[in-house]
Amino acid sequence: MELFTNQVLAGIATGAIYACMALAVVMIFQAIDHLNFAQGEMAMFSTFISWQLMQWGIPYWWAFLATLIISFVGGIVIERLLFKPLAKAPILTNVAGFIALFAIVNSCAGLIWDFTIKQYPTPFGSSPFLGSQLISTHQAGMIGVTLGLLIALYFFFQFTRIGLAMRAAASLPESARLVGINTSWMIALGWGMASAIGAIAGILIAPVVFLEPNMMGGVLIYGFAAAVLGGLTSPLGAVLGGFLVGVFENLAGTYIPGVGNELKLPIALALIITVLVVKPAGLLGRPIVKRV
Amino acid sequence: MSAAAEDVVTEAPAVEAVPKRAMTLGLGTSLVVLGALILAPLFVKNFIIFQMTMLLIYGLAVLALNILTGGSGQFSLGQSAFYAVGAYTSAILMEHVGMNYALTLPIAGIICFAFGFVFGQPALRLSGVYLALATFALAVAMPQLLKLGFFEHWTGGVQGLVVTKPDAPFGLPMGQDMWLYYFTLVITIGIYIASVNLLRSRSGRAFMAIRDNEIAASAMGVDVALYKTLAFGVSAGITGVAGGLGAIAVQFVAPDGYTITLAISLFLGMVVGGVGWLPGSIVGSAFIIFVPNMAEHISKGLSGAVFGVLLFLVIFLVPHGARQVAIVAQQLIGKLKKN
Repeated sequence: MELFTNQVLAGIATGAIYACMALAVVMIFQAIDHLNFAQGEMAMFSTFISWQLMQWGIPYWWAFLATLIISFVGGIVIERLLFKPLAKAPILTNVAGFIALFAIVNSCAGLIWDFTIKQYPTPFGSSPFLGSQLISTHQAGMIGVTLGLLIALYFFFQFTRIGLAMRAAASLPESARLVGINTSWMIALGWGMASAIGAIAGILIAPVVFLEPNMMGGVLIYGFAAAVLGGLTSPLGAVLGGFLVGVFENLAGTYIPGVGNELKLPIALALIITVLVVKPAGLLGRPIVKRV
Repeated sequence: MSAAAEDVVTEAPAVEAVPKRAMTLGLGTSLVVLGALILAPLFVKNFIIFQMTMLLIYGLAVLALNILTGGSGQFSLGQSAFYAVGAYTSAILMEHVGMNYALTLPIAGIICFAFGFVFGQPALRLSGVYLALATFALAVAMPQLLKLGFFEHWTGGVQGLVVTKPDAPFGLPMGQDMWLYYFTLVITIGIYIASVNLLRSRSGRAFMAIRDNEIAASAMGVDVALYKTLAFGVSAGITGVAGGLGAIAVQFVAPDGYTITLAISLFLGMVVGGVGWLPGSIVGSAFIIFVPNMAEHISKGLSGAVFGVLLFLVIFLVPHGARQVAIVAQQLIGKLKKN
């Protein structure tokens, strides 16, 4: 029983990271109806920026804050420069654009910081949480930060003018434009926020997977799986999906014989395909109907 | 269905339509290209012959993707998975069963066709980004599946398998590299002609009808489900043959040779060559083979960045890839002739 609780709690902790990634993916999907395949690489780059700031002697939380701001601005710049001109292009062109961004960011990180694996500090420490053997303080911190982020986002989208405008621009762009919302800037804002949320995910997972340019590959696939499971149109669903995928991954790795560590990615694949086939809208998403 | 909770979307076609005639080169140009491909290896070194062989092999794989995307309008970011299955089929049959290399290729093709057809079944219900996502996950998972302890006896696990390079048959006076090049060339030309004919046939018209408007196609009596999975199967089958040839040419298969990077390269090759323009496959293949090499010469680790920047330039400046360049060139030549 202790093994079970242990695995579930550890699953919730990694699930928090998947939830962040899924949230970032959903933010961009809501805004422009495309999946950002470069989301993981953008998060990795942000994490490297925070690492570099700390190497220069800036304290953890200041580096954290600075990274969020840099990522936010960076996301907006990427949208303005590269993806705004592609807004009317076919899906294929957009997918190619995301893949190009993936290659550029990955390669640049390798050039600047090379491909050696680096230690990344945790502000929470790695001792057992509140004296229990079940969960470490870092894992508890991961869950705590994610929940805090969620609450902040909820208030932002529910109670602020700009959050409301963003939701309007995402769901009915034409009508939003008619009531005077600058939809184009709302999309850019979505990119900035997605980029900052991705940065949080990267910074939180870096002490676990270590810092290197390819660190987000697997995490991104789980983020996608989580987003699909929860529904690509629902931020809340993405978070729920994240926690479910985290727990599912850990339990499958422990209890299904032969899965272990080597089959974890194929599990994410199977999960994505199953959900897409059985319930394409995901758990909390709205079904999409095509008009002929 | 209640209308309140639903999004209603009028979706643009995923891929811009390419007219059937614009899919190939004219006869004269084709013969010139063919002549160049036949004569070139007589004048160059073995290493360059090897690179030209790889050019044809990747060209085949890009062609396969082009049939899927340019033909039926479906995407795949998971071609590396089919390529890997083809490569492993050939390698295992040659090394464990002792089969002749030439015979392994049709088998690799058939197995990949079946694999693609089966994968196409769930993919039927997906379109656009969802399909890209499912195939992306397939490509990421494939190296892990190949490393599994369960198959290790056959696949060689992480170490992979070494494949023997075939000699020229009938005592022909040519080196192994040159023989393999001509062998690949014959297969490539055969598959190219077959693909052109496929896309011009009844089935090809069905593919294109689905690409341009799925609902209209089904209203006209096209079995959408069948043709979509068929396109996946044909594409996977050709990719499998390319994978088998690749295994023979490189003389080695290992899980890490078939990562998402390969899938991305093939996808880029198609975009650069021009979606739906079959001769563009070779141009795209040249792009994905030579550009990383040149970039590595400038600085190690730079290839990804150069790749990405060039790709953005292609998307922004020549969205139809090499096809657009070819059309402009044709018009220029036409003008010169008039003067």
